[in-house]
Amino acid sequence: MPDIGHNVSLRERARRIRRHALRMGEVQGQGYIAQALGVADVLSVSYFHALTYRPEEPEWEGRDRFCLSIGHYAIALYAALIEAGIIPEDEIESYGGDDSRLPMSGMAAYTPGMEITGGSLGHGLGISVGMALGLKRKASKNFVYNLFSDGELDEGSTWEAAMSAGSFGLDNLIGIVDVNNMQADGPSTQQMNFEPLKPKFEAFNWFAQRVDGNDIDALVAAFDKARSHPEKKPRIIICDTKMGRGVPFLEARERNHFLRVEADEWQKALDIIDAEPRQ
Amino acid sequence: MRRSKYIRPAWLDDAGLERPNAKTSAMIASIEGPDQRTSPTPFGNALAKLAETSPKIVGLSADLAKYTDLHIFAQKHPDRFYQMGMAEQLLMMASAGLAREGFQPWATTYAVFASRRAYDFICLAIAEENLDVKICCALPGLTTGYGPSHQATEDLAIFRGMPNLTIVDPCDAHEIEQVVPAITAHKGPVYMRLLRGNVPLVLDEYGYRFELGRAKLLRDGADTLIISSGLMTMRALEAADILEKDNLSIAVLHVPTIKPLDEVTILQEAGKTGRPVVVAENHTIIGGLGEAVAGALLRGGVMPAGFRQIALPDRFLEAGALPTLHDLYGLSSQAVAASIKSWL
Repeated sequence: MPDIGHNVSLRERARRIRRHALRMGEVQGQGYIAQALGVADVLSVSYFHALTYRPEEPEWEGRDRFCLSIGHYAIALYAALIEAGIIPEDEIESYGGDDSRLPMSGMAAYTPGMEITGGSLGHGLGISVGMALGLKRKASKNFVYNLFSDGELDEGSTWEAAMSAGSFGLDNLIGIVDVNNMQADGPSTQQMNFEPLKPKFEAFNWFAQRVDGNDIDALVAAFDKARSHPEKKPRIIICDTKMGRGVPFLEARERNHFLRVEADEWQKALDIIDAEPRQ
Repeated sequence: MRRSKYIRPAWLDDAGLERPNAKTSAMIASIEGPDQRTSPTPFGNALAKLAETSPKIVGLSADLAKYTDLHIFAQKHPDRFYQMGMAEQLLMMASAGLAREGFQPWATTYAVFASRRAYDFICLAIAEENLDVKICCALPGLTTGYGPSHQATEDLAIFRGMPNLTIVDPCDAHEIEQVVPAITAHKGPVYMRLLRGNVPLVLDEYGYRFELGRAKLLRDGADTLIISSGLMTMRALEAADILEKDNLSIAVLHVPTIKPLDEVTILQEAGKTGRPVVVAENHTIIGGLGEAVAGALLRGGVMPAGFRQIALPDRFLEAGALPTLHDLYGLSSQAVAASIKSWL
């Protein structure tokens, strides 16, 4: 873990995750940077509050599994893995290049800490169901976290997985949905209306919570409740996030699924992030 | 057979016409011939036995345990069986997850559902990661009279293009019993075409031993070399017996592993001069064993005295009784023998 001292706040972790992601985005000049900025708070709470892991031993059997279903969010997860000390920070400049451990779409075979290959959307939750069943077979007390997107709610396979998790009573599975309401063709709810979402998961026998995914305190409370909830049910944390969060001129872009950012704008974005008060 | 749905079958109105008496009957039609020896549920028995000494084995099905013989395993090892419901995508995703946690999942469904519906999940969640999942599927090729919804006539074509995937097409119960321990020892994804229920016993009489990735010559002959897999090997052997009465000597090379293909043995046998090659497979003529062999021959510079395929046509096939359909499409022993005779 980068030596930035003890008792670093989750807000500071989130700020640094945003910073790593922006620096990777700058390498390519474009990318899924708005999603990374939006989900940074969720990743901060995941990696610096909720998850059990050993940075020096990414495949330690006693770790909680964190599965990234949304392969194109790799830039966000790499930023969190860098902040967690699983990937060295100096690999940022290799992002998306030849002979890199950080390809544009996340794959288990390339990157330490990347549990599954995402990207063919709608796979992650079902794989996580299998991992959760496997952990129970091993009498493990660890959790499987699966981060997926509101766009993946369009995939039928997501609901096959959701129904089975409820049916199996997988209380060691914690789903995290990033509802940033933006997918490739535009606002997610306008492509295929998935609302009302919380009652849907409740109807599938999940313990469901919906929180502001950019409110660290709310996220901490939700993750704590998800882990300690007594019912034998899978847990879902529906996180409403803002695309581009923390960089106002990127938040304001209308079609920001795949952002093209001008060369001079990266430094402006970093300056905004760096000007945030350290907490 | 198939005609306008607005034309009634003529024999219903004309007492002078012969009434067809063949019945489609159950989904999984029997492929055994009259008086053929059979063995019950060889896959289920073999897996249940193997699991006694291999704790990593778990079984999953998508509401077809009974129809893939996995119910035998489930009865013996109920705590190691997962019912995934009628959800083949989930079946493959969950198998991937269990494999990630160190288990060896055996996932069963029908071949149509694995190859058509769950392709992306097998490809990305399992094969791309080279995960140790065994996918065992009933109703391969033309083994049901229920029509295209259940006839996996192109499963090999679909799966041959998938990197990392080993593909096995066993012939009979004797072979299935040997395939199960062989593929558990192979680390990586395997697609196995499954014959279930009372499965014919043929290859024990040939002293046959299955070896993953190896083709085996079951009988030699000077007039034609049949290269076959799956149930077409028993048809080829029966056809060879029929043709022997016409003083024709037919060699049969059984190729149970479709991928990786045993090109060395195929080139060696096909390279023996003077006899044409006939590839017989329970699969569409496109993209299966026939084209795999043709490619190997061309790449290997081996030109046999003729090359023919006995395979299903590039069409959606008819519904009806399986023996009728096997005659119609040239897969029955009599039809195989007739085709070969006509080509000599």
